[in-house]
Amino acid sequence: MNFHTISALVLRYLFLYTRTPMRLVELVFWPVVDLVVWGNVTVFIQRNTNVAFGNEILFLLGAMILWDILFRAQQGVAISFLEDVWTRNLLNVFVAPVRTTEYVSATFIVGMMRITVTAVVLSLISWFGYAFNVFQLEWWLIPFFANLMFFGWSLGMISTALILRWGQAAESLAWAIPFFFQPVVAVFYPVQDMPAWSQPIAWCFPPTYIFEGMRDVMKTGTMNWNYLWMSAGLNVVYLALAGALFLWILNLTRKRGLLTKFATQ
Amino acid sequence: MSAAPPDTREVILEARELTREFDGVKALDRFSFKLHRGEVLGLLGANGAGKTTAMNCMLGLTLPTGGDLFAFGLPLHQHRIKILQRSNFSSAYTALPGNLLVRQNLIVFARIYGVKEPKKKIAELMELLEISHLGDRVTGQLSAGESTRVNLVKSFLNDPELLMLDEPTASLDPDIADKVRKVVRKVQRERNIGILYTSHNMRDIEEVCDRVIFLHKGKIVCEGTPTDIVAQSSSANLEDVFIKIARDGEVIEEPAKQP
Repeated sequence: MNFHTISALVLRYLFLYTRTPMRLVELVFWPVVDLVVWGNVTVFIQRNTNVAFGNEILFLLGAMILWDILFRAQQGVAISFLEDVWTRNLLNVFVAPVRTTEYVSATFIVGMMRITVTAVVLSLISWFGYAFNVFQLEWWLIPFFANLMFFGWSLGMISTALILRWGQAAESLAWAIPFFFQPVVAVFYPVQDMPAWSQPIAWCFPPTYIFEGMRDVMKTGTMNWNYLWMSAGLNVVYLALAGALFLWILNLTRKRGLLTKFATQ
Repeated sequence: MSAAPPDTREVILEARELTREFDGVKALDRFSFKLHRGEVLGLLGANGAGKTTAMNCMLGLTLPTGGDLFAFGLPLHQHRIKILQRSNFSSAYTALPGNLLVRQNLIVFARIYGVKEPKKKIAELMELLEISHLGDRVTGQLSAGESTRVNLVKSFLNDPELLMLDEPTASLDPDIADKVRKVVRKVQRERNIGILYTSHNMRDIEEVCDRVIFLHKGKIVCEGTPTDIVAQSSSANLEDVFIKIARDGEVIEEPAKQP
């Protein structure tokens, strides 16, 4: 891998943000709207329930912020790719000496940058607006963020592979795919309160362990290490599978001559 | 037709029996050619003749269903990155991202190609193509002529030894087209670049290409210098040859092949 190539591709995405500040607003606008809605729901529940549950319910805000990490990581990959499709730049990139790994790495880095911006804004608003300090999760925040980001990257590669195969007709998947998983990865409720049939499914996905772990830390101050190992292990599997799917579809589009359609769409 | 003497220059791009099928239809049918260093080879043919498919195969965008491709003596698909570092491409049908400034786009590609002193290089090339004033313009707001010249700057950034130009003068007015042809020829001669050139503009071909290949339904129907082809086909000019081939599929009874 050539780091100059990766930095050049990252620079191209950064130029986009400096050229069109509205993109920065988009980075912040929807997460803030979500946070305000969930914050107000939390305040409402706190005022109408007992003190113990009122404190516990704060995990909704933590869940919302962590979910956004996953979503932004996925978007970083999928939207960066779509930017190249929209601007008809994809062919320029594919006929330049850019390895697939370099291209994907650049989208990962852009995803990390998007996460950082969103996470900082949400943390500040939740702290000042709703007295929820995400840093009460202490050092656990780092593996939580990392594991959710890895799963977001996997979903990003899957979204990108599907767009490559089916063209811009599949564009809406870039936004929809994370939400296919949201109901089953126990973001806003514990696994034990999910329908019995869906619980084994929930444990198949890395984010479930992170959201369960977050609730544990907030409730007891301790973390079940097995959750972290399981999440990390599953992430390795999902990243490998998503990477293989992306490469397989990229190769398939080359074989079928479909790549050139992105020049004229 | 008398056989041309063998070209002793280094072969920088070679297709051997290149075949590409789409749903059973052969877009390229055992297409073979050699491009030498310092040579401008025109790839001509009507729409659907196989030019774009050939170029896409050579760029690694489409995989051939048969045959082999080599650049600088290396198999193209195994050494794609190494080959692309020494090559470049420009097409009237692709654009640099329209939402960035011209200078930003060129900086990004200069870095991708690992250009030393990218700002200096970009300034030199923009001056050569007479577009120094466009650096701070939004790429998407350029005219067709300006956009073509910006694309050419991008394609010259890495001092390519092999350049593929897909209809570089399409949609340009005669004045700009003339300037583009002259610059391409100047840079090509100064740097001894091998260029694969497609165009529907026969003036382009006559002025820029040393040798041309006419394709019809994915097959070579004639090959030679523009002057020889016109003479041997008893046509008035290259445009007549083009029309005959597009309508009848052949123009010279026995197509001449380069040894």
